[in-house]
Amino acid sequence: MDLTDLSIREAHDGLKTKKFAAKELALASLNRIKELDDTLQAFITVCENEAMKKAEVVDKKISEGEKINVLSGIPYSAKDLFCTRGIQTTAGSKILEGFVPPYNASVIEKLENLDAVLMGKNTEDEFGHGISSENTGFKVPRNPIDPTRTAGGSSGGSAAAVKSNEVFFSLGTDTGGSVRQPASMCGIVGLKPSYGRISRYGVIAMASSLDTVGILARNVEDVAYVLENIAGQDRFDATTVPKDVPKYSEKLDLDLKNIRIGMPKEYFTDDLPKDISEVVKKAILDLEKKGAKIQEISLPHTKYGVAVYYIVCPCEVSANMSRYDGIRFGPTIKDPQDLEQMYLENRTKFHPEVKRRIMIGTYALSSGYYDAYYLKAQKVRTLILKDFEEAFKHVDVICCPTAPYTAFKEGEKTSDPLTAYLSDVFTIPASLAGLCSLNMPCGEIDGLPVGMQIIGPQFGEERILGVGAKVL
Amino acid sequence: MALSSDDVRKIAKLARLKLSEEEVKTYSEQMTSVLSYMDILNELDVSNVEPTFQVTGLTNVRRDDEIKKMVEKEDLLDCSNLPVERGQIKVKSVF
Repeated sequence: MDLTDLSIREAHDGLKTKKFAAKELALASLNRIKELDDTLQAFITVCENEAMKKAEVVDKKISEGEKINVLSGIPYSAKDLFCTRGIQTTAGSKILEGFVPPYNASVIEKLENLDAVLMGKNTEDEFGHGISSENTGFKVPRNPIDPTRTAGGSSGGSAAAVKSNEVFFSLGTDTGGSVRQPASMCGIVGLKPSYGRISRYGVIAMASSLDTVGILARNVEDVAYVLENIAGQDRFDATTVPKDVPKYSEKLDLDLKNIRIGMPKEYFTDDLPKDISEVVKKAILDLEKKGAKIQEISLPHTKYGVAVYYIVCPCEVSANMSRYDGIRFGPTIKDPQDLEQMYLENRTKFHPEVKRRIMIGTYALSSGYYDAYYLKAQKVRTLILKDFEEAFKHVDVICCPTAPYTAFKEGEKTSDPLTAYLSDVFTIPASLAGLCSLNMPCGEIDGLPVGMQIIGPQFGEERILGVGAKVL
Repeated sequence: MALSSDDVRKIAKLARLKLSEEEVKTYSEQMTSVLSYMDILNELDVSNVEPTFQVTGLTNVRRDDEIKKMVEKEDLLDCSNLPVERGQIKVKSVF
């Protein structure tokens, strides 16, 4: 039996019935990382000692007859944006190389208290700025299905680690598609929850009005187990909402007869490659055969999404990146002439894409341009939000492609920034509206996976996971 | 909207970024292209639309003012690569 290939429930049952020990499970995961990661480059840091110690704690609890959580002893990883106490956290950037946080992000703390086993930290686009994890000062993760291609991004290392069974699940972040898109490229399940569902305390910020913590795993039930254990209000993140957290894993058996699926015509245009359109449509028809009702809907402001996002996001980026000055954390130059020179030199460590976003944001927020860019974008954001509100009066979920492409090669979409930005066209609108959305693998083209997005209303996670569980 | 090299230098100064002449040239081209794309928003009349700055609807989130220590001050100071004196990080003079 290959322990790394189990589902979370199977692994949990195995631990409970003492078929295998948590230490064996952690070791299997570690061996997998050692065997594959030279090729896949999914990890910046592997924390072998901490992981083995944690596994021992779980084994001791089991041997003493203590009741354990479904995530106890389960090997997982986190994008290197999550602060982890005593373990280097770089955000994928040289500007934070060597930074060892003295505290855990709230979600890491929760998993720590449940005795989940953190195996390491994943490669990514610096601060989450990208679509292929190429924009980094560290290694670029490769796609386990075809290592000559990227794993997507920005949570590319997380997706590669989960797909290749290096870990059972990984925490990523999704601001404009950074969990859904790499999940789509690697053929796994990726959840971007509603804004405010999961605490972001201790998760290094990119665009604060859009950032969410997402979950990558190999099946819907695994995602549900993780979500129900990490979601909920957090006193340290004022944007988390005071709403009960359902037992998602017990509510996956939904009757599709009660579900109306909307297919937005703005997503299925002539611009969408025909083969991708066919694969996604076939998956939707399959849901219809299983009882769901399908209808065409319209989200008329879809085409403005990218422009809105790439104003709002860089504006918020320019504010969030101002803290990186090499004074309180991160490397700093020796013997600076004065403070100004020190800032300038220290900040040369940013990746060119980060600098670009800081520059666009600084420009759009500068005196005289605020109304023309930031304010205007936030107004159009209202129109995009209203499109969804109107749609959800008629349908329960919206199904569409996650990306208009399959896994691509390094440099293919990233040499020109605007081309890269336009690649987020299908994932951005749900982010702007704060909705939840799930990537489900739904077929393949030339051996490369195609992902379908199931978008739900705010806090409709239960419903999209239920529909996701019925896909193929 | 075309951004000149001088515009780029001015923005870089505001953002405390040191750019090489080559970077100035590249960014002026790339930012011009990205910002021109944003013109698509001018197709819409939004004079009567309220902006959306946040999506949760939460306002004035409060909690009890109880002190819960997560991190010691010394641990935070330890994150800095600069010298620490009397509980503070020492930097070069501003002027």
